[in-house]
Amino acid sequence: MKILYFAWLRAKVGVGEEDLSPPGDVATVGQLVEWLKSRSPGHAQAFAQPSLVRAAVNQEFSGLDQAVGAHDEIAFFPPVTGG
Amino acid sequence: MAIQVQRDDFDPGGEIARLTAGRTDIGAVTSFVGLVRGDEGSAMTLEHYPGMTERQLAAIETEARNRWPVDDVLVIHRYGRLTPGDRIVLVAVTSSHRAAAFAACEFLIDWLKTRAPFWKLEDGPDGQHWVEAKDDDENRAERWQT
Repeated sequence: MKILYFAWLRAKVGVGEEDLSPPGDVATVGQLVEWLKSRSPGHAQAFAQPSLVRAAVNQEFSGLDQAVGAHDEIAFFPPVTGG
Repeated sequence: MAIQVQRDDFDPGGEIARLTAGRTDIGAVTSFVGLVRGDEGSAMTLEHYPGMTERQLAAIETEARNRWPVDDVLVIHRYGRLTPGDRIVLVAVTSSHRAAAFAACEFLIDWLKTRAPFWKLEDGPDGQHWVEAKDDDENRAERWQT
């Protein structure tokens, strides 16, 4: 599973990209977030305020209940500020 | 249709001329150019999510085409380090009539601001900070929900 972090989430986690194999009971974005939070203090800090985090699965915006699998690309980032 | 995500500057006049060159059926072309605001000496760096950015911009364009009879759409969005006065984004729309061109152009920039994965990192006097999303941008985008 490819995990990407952008903007201040990348700064808090410390890397922009990770290739991870979460345990089998991680089946949704929300469960993935809970598992990621346990990986390091930086991860825990990045996800400390869930209302500030947006997610995309395979480059489409997704909610916490979106299913995730081993071959998916999941990105986490703050609300966008382009334009 | 064209979606371009690039580091380099662009020439709005040249881009508009290219959209309409040799055409006799386009009655209207509207454009929006977004610029960096700020104090002299300040700067910002625009980060994006390569791949998702192009995908989301294409989806926004498709939505505009579903709503209005537009002929062509051009979106150019820059990334990288920019300073006050620099161009950030160009949205241009051609149509046979002005009503569709005006509406689609405003829709495109409003939706782009809340759906295209770009983030602004500002250099301020007390260090760098990530720009927070504005409720006003969200409200403007929501006006277009049907």
